[in-house]
Amino acid sequence: MTTRPFGKLAAHALAGLALALSATAGLAKPKQTDESYQLKDNPYPSTYKPYPGEAIAIVGATVYDGTGQRIDNGTVLVSGGKVEAVGGADLAVPRSYRRIDGAGKFVTPGVIDIHSHLGVYPSPGVQAHSDGNEATSPTTPEVWAEHSVWPQDPGFTRALANGGVTSLQILPGSANLMGGRSVVLKNVPSRTVQGMKFPDAPYGLKMACGENPKRVYGERNQMPSTRMGNFAVDRQTWIKAAEYKKKRDAGKLDSRDLAMETLADVLAGKILVQNHCYRADEMALVIDMAKEFGYKVSAFHHAVEAYKIGDLLKQNGICAAIWADWWGFKMEAYDGIPENAALLADAGACVIIHSDDEYGIQRLNQEAAKAQGDGRRIGIRIPDEQVISWFTLNPARALGIDGMTGSLTPGKMGDVVLWNGNPLSVYARPEKVWVDGALLYDAMDRTRRPVTDFELGQPGEGDVK
Amino acid sequence: MKARTLIRSTIALLAASVSVPALAQSSPQQAEDFAITNATVAIGDGSAPIANGTVVVRGGKVVAAGAGVAVPAGVKVIDGAGKWVTPGLVSAVTDLGLVDVGAVDESNDDYAEKAGFNAALDVSAAIDPDATPIGVSRAGGVTRAAVAPMAANAIFAGQGAIIDLGTDANPVNRPRAFQFVELGERGADLAGGSRVAAQAVLRNALREAADFDRRTGISKIGGGKIGAGKGAPATTGDDIPLDPRMAQTAQGRADDGLLTRFDAAALIPVVTGRQPLYVHVERAADIRQVLRLKSEFPALKLVIVGAAEGWRVAHEIAAAGVPVLASAMTDLPGRFETLGATQSNVGRMQAAGVKVGLGGFFDNDQPRYAPQYAGNLVAVGRMPGATGLSWGQALAAITSVPADILGEATHFGSLKPGLAADVVIWDGDPLEVASGPVAIYVDGVAQNMVNHQTRLRDRYRTPQEGSLPKAYQ
Repeated sequence: MTTRPFGKLAAHALAGLALALSATAGLAKPKQTDESYQLKDNPYPSTYKPYPGEAIAIVGATVYDGTGQRIDNGTVLVSGGKVEAVGGADLAVPRSYRRIDGAGKFVTPGVIDIHSHLGVYPSPGVQAHSDGNEATSPTTPEVWAEHSVWPQDPGFTRALANGGVTSLQILPGSANLMGGRSVVLKNVPSRTVQGMKFPDAPYGLKMACGENPKRVYGERNQMPSTRMGNFAVDRQTWIKAAEYKKKRDAGKLDSRDLAMETLADVLAGKILVQNHCYRADEMALVIDMAKEFGYKVSAFHHAVEAYKIGDLLKQNGICAAIWADWWGFKMEAYDGIPENAALLADAGACVIIHSDDEYGIQRLNQEAAKAQGDGRRIGIRIPDEQVISWFTLNPARALGIDGMTGSLTPGKMGDVVLWNGNPLSVYARPEKVWVDGALLYDAMDRTRRPVTDFELGQPGEGDVK
Repeated sequence: MKARTLIRSTIALLAASVSVPALAQSSPQQAEDFAITNATVAIGDGSAPIANGTVVVRGGKVVAAGAGVAVPAGVKVIDGAGKWVTPGLVSAVTDLGLVDVGAVDESNDDYAEKAGFNAALDVSAAIDPDATPIGVSRAGGVTRAAVAPMAANAIFAGQGAIIDLGTDANPVNRPRAFQFVELGERGADLAGGSRVAAQAVLRNALREAADFDRRTGISKIGGGKIGAGKGAPATTGDDIPLDPRMAQTAQGRADDGLLTRFDAAALIPVVTGRQPLYVHVERAADIRQVLRLKSEFPALKLVIVGAAEGWRVAHEIAAAGVPVLASAMTDLPGRFETLGATQSNVGRMQAAGVKVGLGGFFDNDQPRYAPQYAGNLVAVGRMPGATGLSWGQALAAITSVPADILGEATHFGSLKPGLAADVVIWDGDPLEVASGPVAIYVDGVAQNMVNHQTRLRDRYRTPQEGSLPKAYQ
C-alpha cells in the first residue's frame, strides 16, 4: 500500500523493450508419431521438496481450521510435513512431539494469495525488473509467468514474515486480454523458480476485461480499442482455440502452437481461468462468453462491483477475488464499496481477499477483518472462523489446490501459521510459519528469518521488516 | 426577468432533488453544543485512552475531555457507552480535493506537467469539497488534510493548502501553507536526470528568490505574512486572499534569471523562512544532504516527507529539529533509495527524538487507512527486534503530531480544551481494522456520512431487482 508515495499510479507499468514473438514455433512439419510434438504438460517441473521439520503439537491455541470451524483451547499436530490431527484439549499428544504453547495465540492454515505479481514485478521496481506484461499483442496465452519470476524478490520474504503467506499465485499483468499462464508457488525461498513451484497445482490463464487492454492497444490505434473490441478479440481467439483442440483431440496437429496449447487446455478443463474484471455488467458478459465456448471462470479478480451480482456469481459457482476497500483509482473502480465482501457472503457467493500488491499481501488477514467490520456495521455478521476462509480455503479452491492445502485437515500439507493474537486484529502478527511442516519463519529466532540475495550487504540486511 | 427565471429554476432544481437524501445539501450548518459521555476517550496527544470519559463541545470548540468531566446543564448528551472518541484524523500530505478518479486525467488537478510554472502553483483555488474522495475520507474519520500538488515539470511541486473536510463550501483553512520539493530519485529525474542537477536547480532557485527579495522587499509586504497585502485584501473571487507576491509589479529581477517572476516570488517566503519547505527524500544520504541545506540557507523551515531510511540518520534529524512525515508500512526496497526500508522506521525515529507523523497519502494509500497503519505500528512494537509506537503515540501520529508539523497545533489535532471540535465517535478501538466511525464532527458540526459508496451499498443490500429496476431504488 505504501509502494507509490508521490508517483503517479503506475501499477503494471508496461515494458517497452519486449520483443514481439511469433505465436508459431516455425517448426518443420512433424510426423504425427514424433514424440517431441506431443505436449508435455509440465516441461519445467517443480523441484520443490519439503524442508525437514520436526513433529510438533501446538497446544492451547484458538484454532481456525479454514473450513469455517473454530476450536477453542485447541491442539494441532503436524508430522511428516502434514497436518496429522486437529482437536480440542483432549487430543492426545505423542511424547516425542515438540510442544508449542499456544495459550493466548491463534492458529490458522497458511495464508494464500490468489493474486500476486511478486517475482514478475519485483522490488526494486526498476524498468529492468518489469517482467509482468508481454504487452506486445492483446492475446499472449503463450507466455508463462514462471519464466519471468525472480525468486530473489524480497517481497516473498515479507509476505511470509508479516503475512503468513505460504502459497500464492503469480499472474501476468492485465495489459492483455489473455495475459498468459499463471504459476502457483509455495512461498519458500529458492535459487530457482522450479524450487518454488507448487507440486501438481493446475496452471491458470490470466484474462482481463475492461479498461486496461483497450487502453494499451487503443493508444496504439490497434484492436482492441473498445470494450466491444475486447470481446471480439477474445471470441475470435477462442474460435481458433476450439479448432486447435478439435485437431489435437483427433491427433491431427501439424505443429505445436504454444498459445493454442494453453487455450485448448482451458477448454479441456485443465487450466483454470483467472479473470481480471471490475464491472458487474462485464462479468455477466464474460460468464456468457465462457458458456459460448465451454470453459469456466474460476474467479473474477479485482471484482469491485461483484456485490451487484452476488446472485449471478453464486449461481455460476464463480468466486470474487477482491480487495477489502480499494476504490476509485480508475473509472472502472469507481463503484467499489467496502461492504463488497460482506454483501457477497450474505448472498452466498464465494469470497476471496486478494492483494495484487506487494504490501497488501503482507496483511490479507487485516483486509479481511476490515471487510468483516464493514459488514457488521450494516447488520451482516460473519463469524471470524468464516472470514478466515476468505484467505485460506476459498483461494485454495479457486486455484484447484484445496485437496492439498488451504485448511487444517488431516493429510493436507503442514502449511500453518501461529499468530501472536487474533489474526483478525490489527495487533496480531505471525509468530511462526510452517510450510509443509518446516519452520521457515520464527519471529523469536533470527536464524529463521529469510534474507534474499538482493538484500545481502545492503543497508538493513537481516533487519526486522 | 433574469433573476426571476433563476429563482424559478432553482426551485425546480430543489424540488427535483427532494428525494436525494442529504447528498446535495449545501446550506450552512450550525455547530451544536454537546457532550459525549461514558465513552473511551483518546485525547490524541500521545496519552493512553481514558475509560468512562466525557467530551464536552461548545461553540465549535472542545471545552473539556477526559475522566471526571462535568456535563454543563443544557447541552445535548450523547451516550458513548461502548464507543471510543478521538480527535478527527489529520492527513498530511495528500491529494484530497484535487482528484476525482486517479487514472482519469481530466478529473485531476494534482499534476500540471505542461504548465509554465512550478513553485508558484497554488492548490487552494482548485480544491473541490464535493470530490467523492473527500466524502469517502470524511466517512473514514478524516477531518483535516494538508493538500499538496505533485511535482510534474520541475522539482518544485508548488504550494499546498490546509483544508477541513467539513460538508460545506469552504474547505480551505490556510492557503499556501507550504512549498513542496522533490530531491530524491524523482527530483533527480525532474531536474534533468541526476541528483547533481536537482541540487543545482534548488540552490539557484533559492538564490534567485533571495536576490529578488533583496531588490524588491516583497517579503516585507503586509508584515511578511503570506497572503497579506496593503489596504483592502484583493480576492480571487473565492474568498481566498490574493497572494500579493503575485500582484506586485516592482522591477528588480536579475537579467540572467532562470525562474519565471511568479516562481521566484513564490520562493521568497521559503528562503526567508516564512513558508515551510516540504522535501521528499527517502535514502539516508539524501536526508543528510537536506539537513545540510540549513547551513547554506539558515532561515529554511524544513519538513522531510518520506524518509524510508530515516532510522539510519535519526539522531541527525532529531538534532536538526526537522520534523518528518513518514510512511508506516514501507518495508520493501521498492527503489534503490529505499533499500533500508523497515516498519521499525517510524518507531526508531520517534525513539531518537524525531517529531514524526504518518504521511503522505496518495493513490491506494487512502487517507482513511491511517488508523490501520497506526495500529500496525503498535503491533510492530511487540515483535522482538522491532520498534513501534505505544497506542497513544500511534494515535498522535495521525492526529496531533501531523497537526503540529503543519503548524496547526493550537487549532486542531487533539481534544485539548480550546481546539476545534473535530471529533470522531468510533464503534470500537479506532486503530482496530474492524472498527469504523459512527459519527463525525468538524468544528462541532455534525457531518453528513452519506456518499457515493453508502448510496451504492444501500441500493445493493440485496443484488436482485425488485418490482422496479435498481435505478428506482
